[in-house]
Amino acid sequence: MKLVQRLVPWILLAIALFILPAILDDFRLNLFGRYFALAITALAIDLIWGYTGLLSLGQGIFFSLGGYAVAMNLMLNTKSEAGGNGIPKFFENYGVEQLPFFWQPFWSPTFTLIALWLIPAIVAGLVGYLIFRNRIKGVYFSIITQAALMVFYHFFNGQQKLINGTNGLKTSTTELFGMLVGSPDMQLWLYRLTVVLLPVAYLICRYFTSGRFGDALIAIRDDEQRLRFTGFNPVPFKTIVFLVAGALCGVSGALYTVQTGIVSPQFMSISNSIEMVIWVAVGGRGTLVGPIIGATLVNYLRSLVSEALPELWLFVQGALFIFVVVLMPDGIYGWFKNGGFRTLLAAFGIAPKARTYPKLDENATALEELS
Amino acid sequence: MELFFSQILDGLSIGSVLLLAATGLSIVFGLMGVINLAHGELMMLGAYVTFVVQSLFKPMGGVIFELYFPVALVLSFIVTALVGVLLERTLIRQLYGRPLETLLATWGVSLILIQLVRSISSAMLMGILIAVALGFLGTRLLRLKIGDKPFFPYLYGVTWAIAGVIGLVSVNALSAIRPLASAWFGPRNIDVTAPKWLQGSWGKIGGIELPGIRIFIILLSIVLLLAMVWFLTKSAWGLRIRAVTQNRQMSNCLGIPTDRVDSITFGIGSGLAGVAGCAITLLGSVGPNLGAAYIVSCFMVIVLGGVGNLLGTILASLILGIIQSVVGSGSLLIVFPNLPPAAKGVVEFFATTSMSLVLVFIFIIAFLQFRPNGMFPQKGRSVEA
Amino acid sequence: MVLNFPRRLVAGLAATAVGVSLASCGGGGGGESGGKFDGEVKVGILHSLSGTMAISETTLKEVEEMAIKEINEAGGVKVGGKSYKIVAVSEDGASDWPTFAEKAQKLIDSDKVAVVFGGWTSASRKAMLPVFEAKNHILFYPIQYEGQECSRNIFYTGAVPNQQAEPAVDWLMKTFGDKLGKKVYLVGSDYVYPRTANTIIKEQMKALGGETVGEDYIPLGNTEVAPIIAKIKKAFPDGGIIINTLNGDSNVALFKQFKAAGIDPAKYPIMSFSIAEEEIRQIGPEYTTGTYAAWNFFMSLDTPASKKFTADFQSMYGKDRVTGDPAESAYNMVYLWKNAVEKAGTFEDLDKVRKDMIGITFAAPQGEIKMFPNHHTSERVLIGEAEATGQFKILEDSKKAIPPIPWNQFVPDTKGYTCDWTLNRPDAGKFKMGT
Repeated sequence: MKLVQRLVPWILLAIALFILPAILDDFRLNLFGRYFALAITALAIDLIWGYTGLLSLGQGIFFSLGGYAVAMNLMLNTKSEAGGNGIPKFFENYGVEQLPFFWQPFWSPTFTLIALWLIPAIVAGLVGYLIFRNRIKGVYFSIITQAALMVFYHFFNGQQKLINGTNGLKTSTTELFGMLVGSPDMQLWLYRLTVVLLPVAYLICRYFTSGRFGDALIAIRDDEQRLRFTGFNPVPFKTIVFLVAGALCGVSGALYTVQTGIVSPQFMSISNSIEMVIWVAVGGRGTLVGPIIGATLVNYLRSLVSEALPELWLFVQGALFIFVVVLMPDGIYGWFKNGGFRTLLAAFGIAPKARTYPKLDENATALEELS
Repeated sequence: MELFFSQILDGLSIGSVLLLAATGLSIVFGLMGVINLAHGELMMLGAYVTFVVQSLFKPMGGVIFELYFPVALVLSFIVTALVGVLLERTLIRQLYGRPLETLLATWGVSLILIQLVRSISSAMLMGILIAVALGFLGTRLLRLKIGDKPFFPYLYGVTWAIAGVIGLVSVNALSAIRPLASAWFGPRNIDVTAPKWLQGSWGKIGGIELPGIRIFIILLSIVLLLAMVWFLTKSAWGLRIRAVTQNRQMSNCLGIPTDRVDSITFGIGSGLAGVAGCAITLLGSVGPNLGAAYIVSCFMVIVLGGVGNLLGTILASLILGIIQSVVGSGSLLIVFPNLPPAAKGVVEFFATTSMSLVLVFIFIIAFLQFRPNGMFPQKGRSVEA
Repeated sequence: MVLNFPRRLVAGLAATAVGVSLASCGGGGGGESGGKFDGEVKVGILHSLSGTMAISETTLKEVEEMAIKEINEAGGVKVGGKSYKIVAVSEDGASDWPTFAEKAQKLIDSDKVAVVFGGWTSASRKAMLPVFEAKNHILFYPIQYEGQECSRNIFYTGAVPNQQAEPAVDWLMKTFGDKLGKKVYLVGSDYVYPRTANTIIKEQMKALGGETVGEDYIPLGNTEVAPIIAKIKKAFPDGGIIINTLNGDSNVALFKQFKAAGIDPAKYPIMSFSIAEEEIRQIGPEYTTGTYAAWNFFMSLDTPASKKFTADFQSMYGKDRVTGDPAESAYNMVYLWKNAVEKAGTFEDLDKVRKDMIGITFAAPQGEIKMFPNHHTSERVLIGEAEATGQFKILEDSKKAIPPIPWNQFVPDTKGYTCDWTLNRPDAGKFKMGT
């Protein structure tokens, strides 16, 4: 049993790396690549929400910053995108002659590779520090992050001359290593990269949630007051974990952008960032495995439903929010882990009931599961 | 200077819209610690109620039509208040003490409400009624027969699912009848026309134009505020609401029915959202997405104003409104024409409506560094905010 | 321990909501093939059916489906001596640009459609463009837009600035220039169309010896226009010309608040580029009466073709519905595609379809239009004044269709450039005239 359990992740990784590309067409494979990229964001949210109890409704900011970083680099380094004076063509539409200063460092691929997680991390650290410093938490924290998201959205959306505004930056027509980013071969490589980076992100989150640091996070979630009374200062813990989550979101956004072919301020819409939270809730928060399952599953469901019956998606999504929050607060993975499935079988007399002492009322366990 | 005053007036009117929208949210937040993300959608419902009332009054024409707006105001309060009570009784109550989860659940409600007004038709309504009726009957029957079995809760869910599927099939069948199938509102924006007496300008004072709707909204929010203040300070329920806001456990011990207080407060908060929605029809468009445009501004008001404090909410809305109006219109440049070039550049950069929102946020974050609990923090023994 | 009851009610309601909506969407569709076709051809329809843009884009989907139904009832598409039934595959762009790109890819790869009709916002088009270029496929785009683009893979059936904005500015100057001075104030939504259109208008005003006294943008969906009104009143204390490129929701706010602030169309002529009959219906005719709009088609256009188009639309979707320029343009593109594939004699050979598309004509509701080598159509230019009925009184009519100029000749960066896909050169999409 133990051996099998230890093998499961490797088998899944092998399936994702070798079997999926063989059985799916380019389009579906690309979709899965995006789901896995989004799963990294879900991991980040689990880190701050599931473990630390900080419900951020603004992760879209860091996600987009990562996306923009990589898109700017690709735009600059592609000949076919360059206009008359060597800067990306879209600038001509707004009569911009000189590359805005903050574009300059993105000529360098090395800088971009660092910037795509460092910039979101710095922004997250700064915003986080300013908020946490004043002991702002709970719902207050959520709505401030949402307001921050809205502000970033307005800024990116409004600045045509700096960052192409609403249109966003396309990446699919750009070149990387002499290959078109939108080409199937390149997409396959990006898919593989995502599949490899997802476990890395998982391990990073594992590192932060285990040991003393992880214990502190959970203590913050469960009773920050008490933690403070015992002499800990929660601010650095919260800031660091928010910063790490921001960096992960940046990586996720960059991977998502190159696979979608465009980054736009839409990534920072309010609904996108709340959806990210529901992936974690569906999968099971505080589990790290759950968010990966949740992100993949919900996005797959989304593709299916919106292809078949587009008008339905909002109903399904809304119902999903309510259902998960009210009836399945542990999420899918948490439900299994806590023996929910076993209880279900037991209720129908298929599996033996859990033995307890003193003996519980017959349907008490099942009822408890439901509540 | 004249311009500056008219900017202040604009700011006041922007602020009073924010105030109308945020008051309900703030009261509920103060009492229950819950942020209702469907608040914007309740505003949207209020606007749709206004549309329905207008359509009913239209055939009567003449003077009677001119009077539809007060009726719409009252009805939108009642309808959204009822929806709010229903929401509280069925959903919010389940999540008591889990404010973050409430946030997510109400977001789910908002999504469903948006799609509901888009696609509701007579056929769909009938289908929902059929499904709900079947679900109730089926589960009641089930409870009588096997209510004590361990698998009862699972079958309970299955029964509702089956009822849902039957409802779905009946919607499909009913949609074959064309008059039933057509959507009531559809996904498009709908047209709500203000009565004539609200449309134009109400004259000038000292060279400043007084737009009818603006003045009306300012007056409306003053009246509603006075009503709220009266209700909270003079009525029995108001007293109970204040008591529960200050200390829930103690109130409960003293025999105040906290659950009914919750319901009533949530109902009033929702009703105020409905009135705000009704007022907004005078200013902007009415469509399924109406709520989204206002909700974030409302949050900013709450963050700035502090928890459950009417005075804080009022001041915060007005400050935000005036910042938006004075900065967004660039009138600072006109009032102070001799700014140094660097400062001028900064002012110009923020002198658009979208950038003024950015400035408002920076202002709020900066403000929170000094007063983390908003302008008027709640005074009490409890450490937890 | 007893299950408390409302919790289960919630679950039930959630399940019901899902169930009901499944049914409500599952309906519809279903056609009568009758066996008179030799085969089927799939076409893609890609508009936002949810999100902010659903307000506008659902009408386009309806019109496209109407055109397809008409074609099928008239015997389908005749290619290579066989008749094919058109089957529409509709996808939801969800008002989200990346989703547009994703769904475009899905339509091409998974559904193998012969052509895609779709988009409204420029941003959605720009997001789809790389997909169509990479797959070398065909997209029809129906909305008037800012130009400055000429893709091998896109056919544009809406107006470019020289078919809408420029004649409108000329007309404004001709009509009001003496009385109110050659000054304009520009108001727009904060995205690419208003920004680019206003750049063009500013250059044009310079060329006409006029002046742009102010320019303001509000975020999409924002309904607070009080600051803009203040600025306009400052710029034009006694009246002046306003050019409005706001999109969607903000228009409602603008017109309602203009009226309240006493900005009277008689003193402040307002020319709008995104307000058609449908928008007037949503704003309320009281607020728009006396303002102007420039389009290629008005529902009030008094020709048999126009009347038939509106009558067909209303009999299919209800007497209270209105047609307008975007709808007409969406209708035209389906027929243009049909005529082109019939001429080319193939669905699959997209290069041939593209080649034969050029020069294709169609007797549209606005009059005859023609596809030009720059992949844009010629358009009739109409300027109308909104009336209390919600319709437009046509004040100016170019009568004949004006050829399109996608690379704008007022903007210095693109002056002298042109586009011609009949030429066999790598830079056929944008090259200097006469080279």
